[in-house]
Amino acid sequence: MTQPGEGRELPEQIRAVPVRHPGRWVAAVVVGVVFASIGYSFARNPNIQWNIVWERFFSQRIIDGVVLTIELTVVSMLVGVILGVILASMRQSPNPVLRASSWFYIWLFRGTPVYVQILFWFSIAALYSQINIGVPFGGAAIFSFDSNTLITAIVAGFLALSLNEGAYMAEIVRSGIISVDHGQTEAANALGMTRLQTTRYVVLPQAMRVIVPPTGNETINMLKTTSLVSAISITELLYASQKFSSVDFRVIPMLVLASIWYLILTSVLYVCQYYIERRYGRGTARELPPTPRQRVIAFWRNRFPAAEGS
Amino acid sequence: MVKAEAVHKSFGALDVLKGIDLEVARGEVMCILGPSGSGKSTFLRCVNHLEQINAGRLWVDGEMVGYRQDGDRLLTLSEKEIAEGRSAIGMVFQRFNLFPHMTAAQNIMLAPMKVRGVGRKEAKQRAGELLEQVGLADRGDTYPAQLSGGQQQRVAIARALAMDPKLMLFDEPTSALDPELVGEVLEVMRALAKGGMTMVVVTHEIGFAKSAADSVVFMDQGVIVESGPPEEVLGNPQHARTKAFLAEVL
Repeated sequence: MTQPGEGRELPEQIRAVPVRHPGRWVAAVVVGVVFASIGYSFARNPNIQWNIVWERFFSQRIIDGVVLTIELTVVSMLVGVILGVILASMRQSPNPVLRASSWFYIWLFRGTPVYVQILFWFSIAALYSQINIGVPFGGAAIFSFDSNTLITAIVAGFLALSLNEGAYMAEIVRSGIISVDHGQTEAANALGMTRLQTTRYVVLPQAMRVIVPPTGNETINMLKTTSLVSAISITELLYASQKFSSVDFRVIPMLVLASIWYLILTSVLYVCQYYIERRYGRGTARELPPTPRQRVIAFWRNRFPAAEGS
Repeated sequence: MVKAEAVHKSFGALDVLKGIDLEVARGEVMCILGPSGSGKSTFLRCVNHLEQINAGRLWVDGEMVGYRQDGDRLLTLSEKEIAEGRSAIGMVFQRFNLFPHMTAAQNIMLAPMKVRGVGRKEAKQRAGELLEQVGLADRGDTYPAQLSGGQQQRVAIARALAMDPKLMLFDEPTSALDPELVGEVLEVMRALAKGGMTMVVVTHEIGFAKSAADSVVFMDQGVIVESGPPEEVLGNPQHARTKAFLAEVL
């Protein structure tokens, strides 16, 4: 059997001169020169003291700071996501008390600056010198803690960042849940699945596609927000670098050092986010676009087909 | 299998069902016809309690839908009991409602595994058999977005069958399909009817009603206008409204 068009000569292909865009060239040159000159002056500026930057880049104090920054980010995001899922489910609950409490939580924690919340948790002992768990409304205490020993600076930092993140994640998770077509819930219910099973196996996995991109943003934001806890003397990356400059007043090199570290960490997060988004994009597009790695491999094979199999 | 007595349903001030009485015997295939807005889809959704009825009584296989009689009181069933009732009733939707993040096979395996606790291996084997039954044996690893509408609807039928339902509800299963894809879905439904499945089908496919149904119900404005064997209702309609509707559709 012959395919239609087979054995026929192809018509003469169009070879037209493309439209010229002189404006694009001018813009490219202008922007290029501006950026190059800024980069040049920055790189050659002796006040940056690059030798100091590199000398201290991998010093123990900085590495400890980087580790603590990562810990703060990871733990606060984890707790924040879990809190967010709980709060979002509460917002969708048929129980009005749960709905209202969730709304109030989100209102309170989104409505106050995270910096204020950090200071609040740090100073909690001035509000409650004792933290008691027991009979409510002034009844007997079963567990009793001294606030100053329980809520140390580091605990205050973790608490403030996590609880604040929970409020933001709640709204992100909720928007994801709302984005899933109601027919999905009906189909799951019609199969005999309970509300919890429907949420767990049908709604949440689909909501993830909407939840993941803003969560990536939140994680990158969180990485940078951790620098605020330097205000309560937690030796994360920023405070660790400032400890150097508070001794020798070399402020700029230490800020450059911290910035480079933050850029490295956020870049790693960019890559993670890309792959996680791909994972949850399954089934939405007919075919996923290739990853950068796959593109490089494909390019290489096209270029050097002979190299294959050798 | 299904018994309805004076079933009423309203959405706010809008009365959608105004006293539906009908009975579907085991193994019977009933087609419900009627203009849009006549309440036929709503009635179907009441049968598996996706909508709650406001008055009347509704039974599936002798069990009241959504409630339990306790002396002269009605007790609302718990979420779990309602889910259990639904698991024995298969439903096929106009818009397929396949789970887009799962392959065809995973769509079919989900409910047996999570609701019935069937093992993965067994569920997978059963999914393979069901896909073969609907003529899609080689499409198990395909995501819904890569299937045509007719193929998606056949997967949806297989998904419903995976729970071994005693009753299958079809809510306009071919209305969202391109005309050339309608046949493949009706063919699967016909085979199912021949196999003795009890089916309630809301449809506009008069041809299917004629050839596959044991009984036909014509609804309009929330009431049953006419019912009986297909040759009577479709061949020799008694009511002016039925005549007008059939003239319009045929």
